[in-house]
Amino acid sequence: MADVSLHGLAKSFGPVDILRDINLTVDDGEFVVFVGPSGCGKSTLLRIIAGLEPVSTGEIRIGGRRVNELPPADRKIAMVFQSYALYPHMSVYKNMAFGLKFAKTDKAEVDRRVRQAAEILKLSALLDRKPRELSGGQRQRVAIGRAIVRNPSVFLFDEPLSNLDAALRVNTRIEIAKLHQELGATMIYVTHDQVEAMTLASKIVVLNHGRIEQIGAPLDLYRRPCNLFVAGFIGSPRMNFIKGEVQAVSGRRLSLRFAGAEIDIEYLGTALKVGDSVTIGVRPEHMAEPGNGTIALDGQVDAVERLGEASYVYMKLETGDDVIVRASGDVEVATGSRYTAHLAPKTIHVFDASGCSIQVEVRPVEGF
Amino acid sequence: MNRPIRPSRILVHLALILYTVIALGPILLILLNAFKTRRAIFADPLGFPDARTFTTIGFDQVFAKSDFGLYFLNSLTVTVVSLGLIVLIGAMAAWALTEYRFRGNTIIGLYLAIGIMVPIRLGSVSILRMMVELNLVNTLTALILVYVAQGLPLAVLILGEFIQQIPRELRDAARCDGVSEYRIFGSIILPLIQPAIATVAVFTMVPIWNDLWFPLILSPGDGKQTITLGVQQFIGQYVTDWNAVLASLTLAIAPILVLYLLFSRYLVRGLTAGAVK
Repeated sequence: MADVSLHGLAKSFGPVDILRDINLTVDDGEFVVFVGPSGCGKSTLLRIIAGLEPVSTGEIRIGGRRVNELPPADRKIAMVFQSYALYPHMSVYKNMAFGLKFAKTDKAEVDRRVRQAAEILKLSALLDRKPRELSGGQRQRVAIGRAIVRNPSVFLFDEPLSNLDAALRVNTRIEIAKLHQELGATMIYVTHDQVEAMTLASKIVVLNHGRIEQIGAPLDLYRRPCNLFVAGFIGSPRMNFIKGEVQAVSGRRLSLRFAGAEIDIEYLGTALKVGDSVTIGVRPEHMAEPGNGTIALDGQVDAVERLGEASYVYMKLETGDDVIVRASGDVEVATGSRYTAHLAPKTIHVFDASGCSIQVEVRPVEGF
Repeated sequence: MNRPIRPSRILVHLALILYTVIALGPILLILLNAFKTRRAIFADPLGFPDARTFTTIGFDQVFAKSDFGLYFLNSLTVTVVSLGLIVLIGAMAAWALTEYRFRGNTIIGLYLAIGIMVPIRLGSVSILRMMVELNLVNTLTALILVYVAQGLPLAVLILGEFIQQIPRELRDAARCDGVSEYRIFGSIILPLIQPAIATVAVFTMVPIWNDLWFPLILSPGDGKQTITLGVQQFIGQYVTDWNAVLASLTLAIAPILVLYLLFSRYLVRGLTAGAVK
């Protein structure tokens, strides 16, 4: 087992910077998810850890050992690819045994490991099949099996679920979580789906434009996003953003005006002046219920999505801001009618003009 | 499932049938006349041999008067060895050119592309000179070298196209599995481009087997003639032994036909790959 650490990593293809100043520690046995929009560099980062892509600068350590110069096979990693990358001309058994054959592993040992992995993944009956005779879910399991038999210290997953249909995706997601429990290995998982990130990760790394935006536990990111990007990326439907303005500053107290309402909050005491514009973020699920000290926001309903257990009300406030409200499933509201959203001051997030949170301190990454 | 037959389909089929007739006609003519007497060949070139006109004198002549077995062996050696080298070197070059980015990559690719556009026969004189210098005149080696050079550009192009279609993740997966680059080529790339190899084999094999030009100028000597050159001895300025010519041509068609049938299964698969998936 091993931890993975990245120090000052950067990668550029010619003049294009793909990754910039990546510092990250993945503890032994941790399940870390890299999440971000497409093109943010998350897959490249994974390929760099795997050794399939050279770095421009910086250092990669796996299990305390510098691995920059090592080929993928010597890094004790195993990778599961989005397209599964099964060898089409080999049976399931051979697919799993292929890598071991060249690692000069004893034949009986290879057989034992393949059968054991097949057992774990319920593939025993399929060992003689060719990949083309398998369903998407089965192929996915073979790809995971091929990783398991190598007995790696670090598992790398590159969007492994994105080629599966929705129902299978949920199942496989749970199976991967169980697998992590069983094997206790370090896992690094890349996805653009924030639901996968939230459900699987013990630590999420949010990437955007080749930079780490924030690192933290799933609920940490949900509750205390440190900037607008993370706030908008984590949570579904995404956080509502409303323009606001600073009314008064006194020490660590701040008076804000937005959408015709006024609100007092505590903040970190960064340099904000009266008249500065800010962005108020409120999650849809924090806008429905009226309660003690809530602020009422009136608006016109543009559309209603009914999911059964909840309804999403898309409304336009008097000030012109569009917001989404997660109301109860049986809420009585129709398109075109008026609706009043209620938000609790405690649940709002405030970001300054540069998009940084004025409530959450950006902590330097631990260990640097 | 009774679909109405559209006129356009009929036209397409007419065109295809016409093409088949034109392509197969000469071969059929050779086969028919190889078994006929000289008189019958000229009296009724399109007629089938019957009891009166049937003869195998042409074949007897071929085996009696010429060293047919040797010619045949020469042709087979040249074709098979050239084919083997073209496929092997071509696949390796295609793999290197598509997989690895290195200085001069594009230049080498372009250089090979020029090889497809410029016919190698333009260089006949220099090739002959070179072979003389190398003491390779009248050897099969000379022919093999020339044919490998002639076949490589197309082979690299076709195989390169195919290799590019193999998903990058497959090679990455193999690298993560600790498989060496040579093994990746041998155990993953080669098996997956079999259809392409068959395509290349068919496209390069036929011109080599049928070539008259290079055997004529590079190895016309006794004992080194290929089959196409061997046939020429029956064609004289004043008298041509048509029985023998047609008989040896018939014999010459046979092996190439066998090889073609062997590869054609893959050829069709290669040409339709991607379409069916």
